[in-house]
Amino acid sequence: MNSLLLPLLGARAAEAAEGATFWMPPQASTTAADSDFVFYFIYWTCVVFFTIMMGAVGYFVLAYRQKSENDKVPLMKGSHALEIGWSLIPAVFMAGMFWFGFQVWIDLAVPPADSMEVRVTGQKWSWSYAYKHDGKIIKEAGADAECMKKVTDPTRDIECNKPLRVPAGKPVKLVMNSIDVLHSFYVPDFRVKKDVVPGRYTVLWFEAPEPGEHNIFCTEYCGDKHGYMYSKVIVMPPAEFDAWIQKRADETVDGPRPGDQIFAQEGCTGCHTTDGSPSVGPSMKGLYGKTEKLADGSSVQVDDNYLRESILVPGAKVVEGFAPTMPPFQGRLSDEEVSNLIDYIKTLAE
Amino acid sequence: MSTTSLDGVGHDSAGTNYLNAKRGIMSWLFTIDHKRIGVMYLVTVLTFFLAGGLLALGVRAELFTPEGDLFSANTYNRLFTLHGAIMVFLVLVPAIPATLGNFVLPLQLGTLDVAFPKLNLASFHIYVLGACFLLFVLITGGVDTGWTFYTPYSSGGGADGHVVFALMGAFILGFSSILTGLNFIVTIHKMRAPGVTWGRLPLFLWAIYATSVIQVLATPVIAITLFLLMFENIVGIGIFDPALGGDPVLFQHFFWFYSHPVVYVMALPAFGVISETVTIHSRRHIFGYTAIAASSVAIAAIGFLIWGHHMYVSGQSELSGTIFSMLTFGVGLPTAIKLLSWIATLYKGSIRMNTVMLYTLAFLWIFAIGGLTGLFLATLATDVHLHDTYFVVAHFHYVMMGGVLFALIAGMHHWWPKITGKMFNESIAKVSWVVVFVGYNLTFFPQFIAGSRGMPRRYHQYIPEFELWNQLSTIGSFTFGLGLFMVLGYLLQSIFKGEKAPANPWGGVSLEWEALSPPVEHNFSGPVVCTKGPYDFPEAVSPVGHDH
Repeated sequence: MNSLLLPLLGARAAEAAEGATFWMPPQASTTAADSDFVFYFIYWTCVVFFTIMMGAVGYFVLAYRQKSENDKVPLMKGSHALEIGWSLIPAVFMAGMFWFGFQVWIDLAVPPADSMEVRVTGQKWSWSYAYKHDGKIIKEAGADAECMKKVTDPTRDIECNKPLRVPAGKPVKLVMNSIDVLHSFYVPDFRVKKDVVPGRYTVLWFEAPEPGEHNIFCTEYCGDKHGYMYSKVIVMPPAEFDAWIQKRADETVDGPRPGDQIFAQEGCTGCHTTDGSPSVGPSMKGLYGKTEKLADGSSVQVDDNYLRESILVPGAKVVEGFAPTMPPFQGRLSDEEVSNLIDYIKTLAE
Repeated sequence: MSTTSLDGVGHDSAGTNYLNAKRGIMSWLFTIDHKRIGVMYLVTVLTFFLAGGLLALGVRAELFTPEGDLFSANTYNRLFTLHGAIMVFLVLVPAIPATLGNFVLPLQLGTLDVAFPKLNLASFHIYVLGACFLLFVLITGGVDTGWTFYTPYSSGGGADGHVVFALMGAFILGFSSILTGLNFIVTIHKMRAPGVTWGRLPLFLWAIYATSVIQVLATPVIAITLFLLMFENIVGIGIFDPALGGDPVLFQHFFWFYSHPVVYVMALPAFGVISETVTIHSRRHIFGYTAIAASSVAIAAIGFLIWGHHMYVSGQSELSGTIFSMLTFGVGLPTAIKLLSWIATLYKGSIRMNTVMLYTLAFLWIFAIGGLTGLFLATLATDVHLHDTYFVVAHFHYVMMGGVLFALIAGMHHWWPKITGKMFNESIAKVSWVVVFVGYNLTFFPQFIAGSRGMPRRYHQYIPEFELWNQLSTIGSFTFGLGLFMVLGYLLQSIFKGEKAPANPWGGVSLEWEALSPPVEHNFSGPVVCTKGPYDFPEAVSPVGHDH
């Protein structure tokens, strides 16, 4: 993996993918080709101008290199014709760049009316997705158990975050929000990106014509595991997607979720382990009943009330040695769900 | 620019100059001589550059492999935050105006010093104070926000409250640049020697002038931002923090309203240096003096209106993005005019292929790449894809770091004989140039490729597809570092062992070459009168241009 050769082969394999070019990843959305057209319009304009400019520099340096101290040079202080010319020509090309870029920008700004809507929530350091189907809200969040078994490097477990599943050939509109800090939702293969902002909704849409898997990166710096906050979008054949969402709707029961499910779905696993090893936050193993030393020097016994407060308003009593980075869950979990979560943490006491 | 000194060429029988006229550390720390202040800035800025550069090598070493294996994620985040903050606030902003600007400006004007020499010293002390304050806060506070300090990450969590102090550090530093800017503006207006008309002002000074105006106008915005942040932290009224009902995007507007013009504070003086070196070392009059001078001012003006191009995908309205995109192309034009004018200056010149010219040519190459890749980021559709990827990292390193650093090195070599009175070793310098130039491009060009293929910035680890480009970049960065150490080596060596420099080694006709090398304490031995333009070299014969 560390040799120079292997990634070169890998890069070549990637180039064979649909629409991928030397500069660009595969084109996997309906707007990607338009976006790449703009890119390559600018690119070739730049290549031509750069070659002309550096060609001129190279030629001048060779042709007019000082021969002796007594060289004579013509007195030439400028030329209005040239100056106007080289202002107008770049201006025309720049107007073209702006215009082409603006066209695609408008397309990206307006989701088609028949888009399927998915809610996206960003939090340190995972993405979660919520669909509406059959009058139910289907949450896709937390780690995939099968995947977790295969992961050996604990810092990479975020790879197992549940993917965003979408049907091929149908526009998808993401309504996005963050519960803590800024994040940014970026799918290189779709050429789309939008910041995910706490306190407001931002919208992004795409349509992937073909089934496939594509990376989702977070592109707004969000702390320790920013570089690990990735997920995948899985584009499924429409029939398969319909079957999958129906199955998920059938599995979804209304009412409060059990504690282990909340722990997996609300992003808790991103910072709290259940095996005793410390991570960004304290481990849940053996936590209940323990006496914790707090950042302000006092100490507290971990009981139901302490857990409740720490879930709803985590900044109130922070355990010594940990940064107060956890987002508050006040208003995000019902009373019953908080109780279920506490019950789950109790089961990890031993 | 032939001048007349009252006592001829100004032979100083005692051999005293500004370096040896007074002795002792206090004579430096509390000097009001612009030349000594310039030298102190140069030493300080280069020291910070060394620190920031070593941090960058740490970042590049981590990125040699896709796994986050060398440093912990938190350490890595602090490394790039420190690297960015040091390089932007402590190095790039004062890199040219405070160092070469301080040294050269009064000399080029043919005057004794800047208008307010004591204020000039105060600027330096404030700069050192601000730098220590900022570093202290960043290191002890464990700030890991990136140099952009975006809220709400910066206002809560691990960096709680420290961003207020970090901005305070930036503000103290800003105060130093306001005072320097003010000083330069007044000096240029009021202290030009007889005959130094606005039309005979060297282009370096036009650039410094435009820079100073930006510094005076933009820096107060950082104070406003600081005030609002403190107001939010102390009174608890939501301005930027969504938890209190504030708007984090508003912070970005404030931040870039200051930080975008600051990009031109870095770049314009670099343009100024190149206008000097490209002419003197090709023996040609600058092509389009008025166009270059006017484009500096135009860039300074338009630079205030385009901050929103950092925010196309931030959640600001699509209409705002469209307007900012249009305006951004407006700043591309004067920049293109400058580049083309420098190239045209080489036409039919008598080009000396010395170290100064090599760095000037390297600047043209690097700045052309930096400028052209900016077009991808000014354009809406492509910026959506490229924003916050390594493409942006590569772009701003080509523009800010490449542009400024190569101009600074060109300027340092150009004025080295004047500053130190010594000549450096040309052969070693040329060899080092090759290492620096190759290392630089190998470091940053692969980052364009990784970025356009989708690698986000500020990643502690990355997917293996990007490994090749990161490895090339890391190899490049160490090569680049090696080259810069070579430069440092032969420059230091020249101070002790270099040949003595004549007053005018390059045949310049602007006024600084009338002074001795190194200049005497009060610059010139007598009153100076300027009788011709800064680019009227004796080699020029019969005009062939259609106008002028």
